[in-house]
Amino acid sequence: MSKPAIVTPDPWLRLQSLTRARVALGRSGVSLPTREVLRFGTAHAQARDAVHQALDVEALQGELHEAGFNTFAVHSQAADRGVYLRRPDWGRRLAPESADALAQQAPGMWPAAPKLAIVVADGLSSLATRSHAQPLLEALVPYFPELYRLPVVVATQARVALGDEIGHILGAEQVVVMIGERPGLSSPDSLGLYLTAQPRPGLTDANRNCISNVRPEGLPYAEAARKLAFLIAGARRLGRSGVDLKDDSDSHALLPDAADPPALEATPPA
Amino acid sequence: MTYTCTLGLRRYAFGDLKNLLAKASPLRSGDMLAGVAAASEEERMAARIALADVPLARFLQEAVVPYEEDEVTRLILDGHDALAFAPVAGLTVGELRDWLLSDAADADSLQALAPGLTPEMVAAVSKLMRNQDLILVAAKCRVVTRFRNTLGLPGRLAVRLQPNHPTDDPKGIAASMLDGLLYGVGDAVIGINPATDSLPAITTLLRLIDEFREQYDVPTQSCVLTHVTNTIRAIDKGAPVDLVFQSIGGTEAVNRSFGVSAALLDEANAAARALGRGSVGNNVMYFETGQGSALSANAHHGADQQTLEARAYGLARRYQPLLVNTVVGFIGPEYLYDGKQIIRAGLEDHFCGKLLGLPMGCDICYTNHAEADQDDMDTLLTLLGVAGINFIIGVPGADDIMLNYQSTSFHDALYLRRVLDRRRAPEFEDWLERMGIADYRGELLPQGDTQPLLALAGRL
Repeated sequence: MSKPAIVTPDPWLRLQSLTRARVALGRSGVSLPTREVLRFGTAHAQARDAVHQALDVEALQGELHEAGFNTFAVHSQAADRGVYLRRPDWGRRLAPESADALAQQAPGMWPAAPKLAIVVADGLSSLATRSHAQPLLEALVPYFPELYRLPVVVATQARVALGDEIGHILGAEQVVVMIGERPGLSSPDSLGLYLTAQPRPGLTDANRNCISNVRPEGLPYAEAARKLAFLIAGARRLGRSGVDLKDDSDSHALLPDAADPPALEATPPA
Repeated sequence: MTYTCTLGLRRYAFGDLKNLLAKASPLRSGDMLAGVAAASEEERMAARIALADVPLARFLQEAVVPYEEDEVTRLILDGHDALAFAPVAGLTVGELRDWLLSDAADADSLQALAPGLTPEMVAAVSKLMRNQDLILVAAKCRVVTRFRNTLGLPGRLAVRLQPNHPTDDPKGIAASMLDGLLYGVGDAVIGINPATDSLPAITTLLRLIDEFREQYDVPTQSCVLTHVTNTIRAIDKGAPVDLVFQSIGGTEAVNRSFGVSAALLDEANAAARALGRGSVGNNVMYFETGQGSALSANAHHGADQQTLEARAYGLARRYQPLLVNTVVGFIGPEYLYDGKQIIRAGLEDHFCGKLLGLPMGCDICYTNHAEADQDDMDTLLTLLGVAGINFIIGVPGADDIMLNYQSTSFHDALYLRRVLDRRRAPEFEDWLERMGIADYRGELLPQGDTQPLLALAGRL
């Protein structure tokens, strides 16, 4: 025996095929049906967990080592997540012991004035960092074979601008920060990529270029790596990153090819 | 001038009005981040006690942001209406609170008073008010604006239909738009936050909504929320622009960081008014604001974020806008940490805007790194409904898939209408009835094959 329908369905379900937005949800009276309340609650729970789950640095380092990368772990001045969320300024500076360790050990681990420094940071979604940093690094290797020699800096309680101080200590020409983005309800694991040339403390977002929403359901690894390589090459030519450097990679015929990394390396810094 | 208060053995001193206002402000993370918040709960109360004794006239002599450095200050002080101020000119901040709560303050007297109040006076009195005071006084205010319908009438609530899509896909936007209209949403405006700022893309979106609106004779207005300079260019190219959108803040410096000035807003306002596209009125500006924007642009001059927010309204009222929307929980936990702070800020913004004569709406919202959830939004939604808010935001399922935050849903609006008996804008209400979407009471009707919007949905 079938129960009478309690929920009023929306006879426009076909709109759901046109957008990821939560359309045609139906209603219980004027309210959301139980199944949607639970679906939404689950998505919010996942996004919250992504924000608050600490990045398992040891595990991530282990995975990166297994994949052939060296690592160096640092921490910002924000001691924990609560402080991190309230004090973005502290997430932009290295803890003194991290700054000291990096300065002392850098000469043995990095070449002087490396062309590129990579920072993998937890940001607002450790889930994104844990899931996507390693495959993205692997997708970048064809463009930058030297990545296997340069340590990847793994940073916790970190904001994008922490890369400025890290890059400055290393004397790097450019720094790329791969960082967990603020989780959306339908995207708890988006990784953002920020490129900054001549990194040093005090720069603003106007000095950076950003590639957003890196994840298999968003911008796939290979595509993200291609865009990033394009921006890195562009910033080298231009001598700076930021608003003057446009991401025309979609329409650019002279895009560096993954199979041809020397072309990129041969580009002299402007 | 120094303001003081002695509590027991302890004497608290506040170096100037800016400092006093900041210390009197209810606790929030943004003021702590700026280093302007009270150091203790007792200091906060001492500041409020001192603030209550400050004569309102003092606010005309001591600027929070220097007159010489800031055009918003100049607009506020040069535009002050002494005649309108006269009824309260002899009062202190504390006495203003009592007067606002008294029966002498009704819709008419509050409307007459608005040009006599400065944003700083309004911010000051809000700091002495509990949430219920903010609600009670705001509920007495009446701010009615018009373009293709009438917004802000007593017993009415409008909703902005916000059909955003991460890639501006026309079909994706149309899908959310139809979903919203079939839920009776869209009288405040059909407003899209575009993913791109390219002029051809913006023009495409403007035409998409405008053609639909013309075809179905929808008594509402459209807006693509792009930078004001883009909108001016779109007007120059002949695109169908109803409203001019712009984010604004409470200092010249934050507005500079947004790439705007009063002169630029003047130009845009004049250009949109000259089009004469409104059928029942010509309020053409749509502003968005939010506490913390000045600090995030390092343009706060050491003032607290709530006072600066009220100053943004001081700029907004120059333009007699159709809509002013405080996007309260979007900015993040470093400015408003949790549900309590977001709720308080939403009530303050609505109160301050209404008292200054603005058609206030609120994007009742939060991000996933704030300590807030749907229950907090339900609370603020209900409180602002009781306070008589002009409009709220409607996003499918409360999930904005473009801006990645949670706002209010079409269902949320229906909830508020049901529990508070709030109706839609009258012209829009009539249209919904003509279309067979809602009945004469505003209740949604079952939909079937005869619904023209369903036929349209089938063709997308």
